[in-house]
Amino acid sequence: MTSLSVVSSSITQGEQGASRFDGRPATRDPAALKGLILASSMAFFAMFLLLPLVAVFAEALRKGWAAYGAALWDPDALSAVRLTLLAAAIAVPLNLVFGVAAAWAIAKFTFPGKQLLTTLIDLPFSVSPVVVGLIYVLVFGVQGWFGSWLAEHDLKVIFAVPGIVLATIFVTFPFVARELIPLMQAQGKEEEEAAVVLGARGWQVFWHVTLPNIKWGLLYGVILCNARAMGEFGAVSVVSGHIRGLTNTLPLHVEILYNEYQFAAAFAVASLLALLALVTLGLKVWVESRSGRPKPGNSQSASNSNLFEAISP
Amino acid sequence: MSIQVRQIHKQFGSFVALDEVSIDFPSGQLVALLGPSGCGKTTLLRVIAGLEHADSGQVLLDGQDASATNVRERQVGFVFQHYALFRHMTVFDNVAFGLRMKPRRQRLSETRIHSKVHELLGLVQLDWLADRFPSQLSGGQRQRIALARALAVEPRVLLLDEPFGALDAKVRKELRRWLRKLHDELHITSIFVTHDQEEALEVADQVVLMNHGRVEQIGTPEEVYRHPATPFVYGFLGAVNLFHGRVDGEGLWVGEDRVPHSSGGVNQGAEVLAYARPHELEIVTDRERMDGVAARIARIRAFGASARVELEGTNGSTGAHFEVELAQVQVAELSLQEGQAVRLLPSRLRVFERQGAGG
Repeated sequence: MTSLSVVSSSITQGEQGASRFDGRPATRDPAALKGLILASSMAFFAMFLLLPLVAVFAEALRKGWAAYGAALWDPDALSAVRLTLLAAAIAVPLNLVFGVAAAWAIAKFTFPGKQLLTTLIDLPFSVSPVVVGLIYVLVFGVQGWFGSWLAEHDLKVIFAVPGIVLATIFVTFPFVARELIPLMQAQGKEEEEAAVVLGARGWQVFWHVTLPNIKWGLLYGVILCNARAMGEFGAVSVVSGHIRGLTNTLPLHVEILYNEYQFAAAFAVASLLALLALVTLGLKVWVESRSGRPKPGNSQSASNSNLFEAISP
Repeated sequence: MSIQVRQIHKQFGSFVALDEVSIDFPSGQLVALLGPSGCGKTTLLRVIAGLEHADSGQVLLDGQDASATNVRERQVGFVFQHYALFRHMTVFDNVAFGLRMKPRRQRLSETRIHSKVHELLGLVQLDWLADRFPSQLSGGQRQRIALARALAVEPRVLLLDEPFGALDAKVRKELRRWLRKLHDELHITSIFVTHDQEEALEVADQVVLMNHGRVEQIGTPEEVYRHPATPFVYGFLGAVNLFHGRVDGEGLWVGEDRVPHSSGGVNQGAEVLAYARPHELEIVTDRERMDGVAARIARIRAFGASARVELEGTNGSTGAHFEVELAQVQVAELSLQEGQAVRLLPSRLRVFERQGAGG
């Protein structure tokens, strides 16, 4: 998802350039060309992005609000919501800690195997989620490596909640780390060094210097991590066993309803996930606008600083 | 407080950054570590601060071995080239940082911290910027805040790593005068790293010249400029003209040309490198004169009170370039022309016997 953030930041940077480019007669494109490009991209956007989103809500409400409410108040649906929230509530904080630790290690230290760690962090992005699920079955399943040991101690991982949490952690691991590594590398070590020379201890340096500098990037990573944790289907599907009311997450519940031809109910539950996506996008835009600001000062700071440059001794 | 480094050795991979460096920094002085980039000066400063560990050798602070002491216990003030101000904190919070990080028992009350920070901001003459963020300050202001922040914890020594390196020429000149004044008020033992010889000579009490991880010379600005110990020091402290030659009798032979020179301290027949500053060369237009190095004027640049004449060696020193600095009026008096054949007579020569990697 770094690619996502890179794209969005370059869009905001490009905005000034676009207005300059479009504002001058010399570089302005013919109106017909502009219209054609605009129309085709808008049509594409409407068909592949907007239409499905609208369709989800339209289908969900096809049988009216009563049926919509009933589908959501169904005990199985409620238990799916609970399990999804539980998995995210465990996976996101853990990945927050792992992500910060991994990013810290990569950005601030040199150690053997650093390149390997950097590459491995991307593994969850590059491997198919189904494979991830199968690996967990192989390791923790009844026939798996630790299967007999787990059975002896009466522990269930596969087809149970722990398996779902494990799969979610794996799939969502890179989000926080990927967001922080370039940020922390760009910021370098100088501020931390300055803090240490001034007498700050390790945790003081982290709390007063490092964390405030990365907080927006961290929040951004957490939001994306959370969205994926709640929406993950493939890996969770393999390890869950689809036991209604016990090991069904929201995406799995949608699939079951759909396979049973309960389209309205399926879309009603799906609309929850679509809403989550919209909220995520909203939060993402908000965080970007905050982190895009130069400093926590007021909005006049940019023009002020020029002024101070001018009158400084 | 005095600082001594003893036989400090530091290597990055196969690159030797510091090669058995030993220096005494006397108490209360402002010392410049001067040298080209990559000479090890910044590494030495970081070793003294404790931000870098030497492979071998000792750092003595006030006579006590500090090699095993953690950075935060060394009580040094460190000023970074790129300021390293905490960007999310106001100027006030930046300066107060060191005071607030102290263990609870040693920490001052918030009101004491408040008055102390304002006292320091007054010292760097930026009291009116207390509520600003670093991004709202100019480079010169940022570096003064960084200095105030370093002084807040009452360090025993002050270490500055290219403190003016990121500033433009005018601000740089002002700030270095200001630093000198501040040092005269505080008398805190200070070391600053620079690659700018003018800065070092103007500001420091003592100059340590470094090259390739070694100390080339230590002395007052006057000493190192007047009596450079090595060709490197001579070349680093100003523009130079170099003659390759051989000492013979009462003169120095540069190819076919003879330059009068009393060969004190140099063996007869020795191959030497002889240096003269641009203002120590005289241009002779008299065609009858047979001494001096033959050269042709390539370019005359005359602006301001002094003129610069660029010359190319013609006889025996072909391919060599020379530069002479003289008063504007002399150019007119001698009626110098571009392309004219002249002779160069050094009024003062610094001669070094030639060694493998000299110069």
